[in-house]
Amino acid sequence: MKLLDVLIVVVDYGLGNLKSVRKALEYAGADVRISREPEEIEKADGLILPGVGAFSEGMEKNKPFRKALYEFIESGKPLLGICLGMQMLAEWSEEGGHHEGLGVIPGGVIRFQNVKTPHMGWNLVKLKDHPLFKGLKREDYFYFVHSYYLKTNEEFSIATCSYGTTFDAAVSKENVMGTQFHPEKSGKSGLRVIKNFAEMCRDGS
Amino acid sequence: MNGLTRRIIPCLDVTLQEGKGLVVKGVEFVNLREAGDPVELAKRYDEEGADELVFLDITASYEGRKTMIDVVSRTSDEVFIPMTVGGGISSLQQIKEILRAGADKVSINTAAVKSPEFVKDASRIFGSQCIVVAIDCRKNRELKEGVTPVRIEDDSEVWYEVVIYGGRKPTGIDAVKWAKKVEELGAGEILLTSMDRDGTKDGYDIPITRKISEEVSIPVIASGGAGSPEHFLEGFKEGKADACLAASIFHFGEYSIREVKEYLKRYGVSVRL
Repeated sequence: MKLLDVLIVVVDYGLGNLKSVRKALEYAGADVRISREPEEIEKADGLILPGVGAFSEGMEKNKPFRKALYEFIESGKPLLGICLGMQMLAEWSEEGGHHEGLGVIPGGVIRFQNVKTPHMGWNLVKLKDHPLFKGLKREDYFYFVHSYYLKTNEEFSIATCSYGTTFDAAVSKENVMGTQFHPEKSGKSGLRVIKNFAEMCRDGS
Repeated sequence: MNGLTRRIIPCLDVTLQEGKGLVVKGVEFVNLREAGDPVELAKRYDEEGADELVFLDITASYEGRKTMIDVVSRTSDEVFIPMTVGGGISSLQQIKEILRAGADKVSINTAAVKSPEFVKDASRIFGSQCIVVAIDCRKNRELKEGVTPVRIEDDSEVWYEVVIYGGRKPTGIDAVKWAKKVEELGAGEILLTSMDRDGTKDGYDIPITRKISEEVSIPVIASGGAGSPEHFLEGFKEGKADACLAASIFHFGEYSIREVKEYLKRYGVSVRL
């Protein structure tokens, strides 16, 4: 396997299946470390903030390394939040009461209404032109599992999806990106997103 | 405004043969026929367009679970679609080990019936999204007080009874009520198997699939009886299932997943192709 010569840290805060994210990154040729240590985060060329589970618990668990997270974002190196990891980048969430998020991406996280939840399965995603989606068609299927969704401003939305309502399936603000879907569980298309991210980390953009 | 596709899920029933995991599918859970290496089969299904994979440890034993963890771990190195593991899961520690091996969900069956609190604890700790409750049921023609009557194909009314231990033990529990109960307990999905249909290739049990799909607001996977692409169409259109699971129809190459999906698409079912 061709190595990209890039080190990506998957932030481990004890929630979710991290193995698939690691394997997908390795498949893309990246060097991967799973860690929550601030010095490891600082050394990374790119950071992945994964996560499933409840918003408040995720926010509680990221406290010990939150400073390192903000410093990483400040450095301009690429960060990708996945699912809950993306939602935590928002300003707030209404999951289990009102909770503050990391406030990196404008907007809040709200619950689906009048549809079966969780929104579980493969849904068609409309992709905008963004380096994260290089080599993909303008519409493709990705795998989702979530009951809450992020609503941000048009300018930060890089993909949309419909489930009862139209929501933001992926967001981006400067070097910070997030996907509501799980690229590590979305077959070939998902692997392409992971590979694109790894390449952005290598190129330092 | 809903682009969510209906899912096709091949089920790999895994048992032990001289310490190696193998895929098999039985007719009514007896007379097992060998159908290949689970990891190879998983890769093939991924390439054919499977939306998820379910691995069932039909030995439900300590050795079976160890083998399963190895199978899941090797599969998740190469296959990047969601995986569910079931069969004899009865402790939080087992769930943790299975998820750590690379599975995304676990399916709980007998242990949920014996201890509903287990579903509650598991979904609280690991999240509802990774807790599937498997409900095996059988038609019971003797209606009694407290059961949910369901009208079946011959226009008679029956109720559906939950059965456990791979269908060997009836519980007296009403399947419709149990489905609502597991939703309340925090299950994220229901895997509904009709033991009357399992292994018959006569098609899914539509009346109970539809009834439960309408009664709960979590996704329902229909299982048991798929023998032709028409059966999947019925499962989605009449049974209102969110996903259809099948085993032998795919294992023995009678139809590929792609063929089934193309058929469904022709009849207006939204699938990922």
